[in-house]
Amino acid sequence: MKPVLAAGLAGISLLALGACELAPKESYQTGYRGTGMNSVMVKASAVDDEVPAPPYDPPGTAGPRAGDLYPGLEVLGDVSEEQFNYTMAAITAWVAPEEGCAYCHDPADMASNVKYTKAVSRRMIAMTRELNQDWTSHVGNTGVTCWTCHRGEAVPTEHWTLPEDAAHKGIVRNKNGQNDPVSNSAYSSLPNAAVARYLLGGTSPQSARVVSTTPFPSAANTTSTMETEQTYAIMIHISQALGVNCTYCHNAQSFQSWENSNPFRETAYFGLDMVRQINFGYITPLADVFPDNRKGVMGDPFKVNCTTCHRGQNKPLGGAKMAWDYPALMPTMFSAAVRQADARMARERTGAAAE
Amino acid sequence: MARYQNIFTQVQLIAPNEGGIALPQGGEPRIALFSRSGLMGRLGQGQLGPIYLGWSGLASVMFGFLAIEIIGLNMLASVGWDPIQFVRQLPWLALEPPGPEYGFTPFVPLAEGGWWILAGFSLTTSILLWWVRTYRRARALGMGTHIAWAFLAAIWLYLVLGFIRPLFMGSWAEAVPFGIFPHLDWTAAFSIRYGNLFYNPFHCLSIVFLYGSTLLFAMHGATILAVGRYGGEREIEQITDRGTAAERAGLFWRWTMGFNATMESVHRWAWWFAVLTTLTGGIGILLTGTVVDNWYLWAQQHQFAPAYPDTGVIDPAGIRSVGE
Repeated sequence: MKPVLAAGLAGISLLALGACELAPKESYQTGYRGTGMNSVMVKASAVDDEVPAPPYDPPGTAGPRAGDLYPGLEVLGDVSEEQFNYTMAAITAWVAPEEGCAYCHDPADMASNVKYTKAVSRRMIAMTRELNQDWTSHVGNTGVTCWTCHRGEAVPTEHWTLPEDAAHKGIVRNKNGQNDPVSNSAYSSLPNAAVARYLLGGTSPQSARVVSTTPFPSAANTTSTMETEQTYAIMIHISQALGVNCTYCHNAQSFQSWENSNPFRETAYFGLDMVRQINFGYITPLADVFPDNRKGVMGDPFKVNCTTCHRGQNKPLGGAKMAWDYPALMPTMFSAAVRQADARMARERTGAAAE
Repeated sequence: MARYQNIFTQVQLIAPNEGGIALPQGGEPRIALFSRSGLMGRLGQGQLGPIYLGWSGLASVMFGFLAIEIIGLNMLASVGWDPIQFVRQLPWLALEPPGPEYGFTPFVPLAEGGWWILAGFSLTTSILLWWVRTYRRARALGMGTHIAWAFLAAIWLYLVLGFIRPLFMGSWAEAVPFGIFPHLDWTAAFSIRYGNLFYNPFHCLSIVFLYGSTLLFAMHGATILAVGRYGGEREIEQITDRGTAAERAGLFWRWTMGFNATMESVHRWAWWFAVLTTLTGGIGILLTGTVVDNWYLWAQQHQFAPAYPDTGVIDPAGIRSVGE
């Protein structure tokens, strides 16, 4: 072969393969054979070492309650004093490792409420407890901690705010809320307000369902192809956030059909509800508390999407049961709900491998 | 490397410029502008010219230019007239059709999709005028009009996507945006909305003819190159005057495939496969949303989609309250 041809071929293969992942992969079947329901993952992509060690050996749960010792306590009053101090130390390491306690507390008077960060963290602790207690439909018995989102940062790096109102007239600097490579729409040209449309939450959240339930056209569903791109965008957001493809949850034969879907789809369904509750129930009400540098262009606080916890993994932190070391954040660790979730997770594991 | 496996033309004729036959009465005169390109000659014929644009060609080029200008300037405006961002973001940029709120009215504010209608009108006019040109040039040269009709089959799919189906659906929002990624996202969203286009039988036919076209093209090209050493490229003469090339090629396919095309029939197969690709594709698109709204359920009803074992997963909506 002529040297110029060889050099050309080598250059083309470098260019063509430049985006390829070279690390060894493993693949496993997640649905019925022949449906393409396989997951291909980079080996050891479930990163266990991201989980920080507890600040010290977890203390017992007996002894006087923190609420009796610190009268001003609004959250965590029901845990033991030892557990309370242990949890505070852990939260400091998770959220403000450099600033320390003073990030939320006035060092001269720990009970003082002068810092807005204290008001925020109080709601965030209440939120974490609600997620672990009431949202086992999504978090299972794994649970979440502050670290699941914060990862050593006061503000989780993965967050979103409402996009600028696209209703302004004219075509200059107007992309109709799409065609902009941003992470919320997985760098696609799909509508980038989809996260805001579906995850903002509220009393009547926007439904992602666009496919008809009957074979033939009817007045019941007049969704346009243009509107369908919104659903497509939120689905691609989930896919990107979890590092999985469509067939992790869906049988591509029919994205709509639940009886052909994997149980993970149910988990994701409750995940969307959970994120709506986080944003609508906890973060949006804090709009008056946050300073301007913690808000987006529309004056709304930084909110949560799937990436905030998942960071490219189908289970955040590789599914490590980190919350089990922090009973103060996991009030119903051994409740009936957790046992139910255990059973459901076991069904997912065995059910998927049945064929 | 064997000559017949080479992608480039192996024989380039250096000859006086070929000016073509005399035109019938009434046509515009051709412009005797000739040039020769050795590089072009490696792919096709090296001669360029003489030029004939005529009125339909000139109008087509002008409308085409107008369409590209409208699309390009809208994209440039969307990045605030920044040429660097225009280049960087070009694959993402789009000119979107009007939203569902406008229905199918032609009177849409320019910034809300009116530009899309104007660009679509200009592009359609340009394409139709170019079709007139392919028809009339073929006639002027005394040829059949096969190429014009094949071109019209492609225009049919284009018109269904951008005009006929939106007309039946009563909404411009059903039409395809102009843009590289945006039109691909539209394609996927279209399949999602209508319950998986792969269960649309006309989509199936279109795929069969598309892939069939490539297969036929590869088989035919390979056959003719393979018998080129026996004069196999003189295909038209061999339709009636079958030489050893045609005999060898035919026997080869009878031995490997069971029967064979003839020097004539292979071209008829190829033409129909190509034409049917967009003809059936257009029918499939036109039926979607107008006659069938969920192709998966339609295919279930007609025992056409395979059924898989129930995974036991049930729709959580309405069964459990939020957060339970």
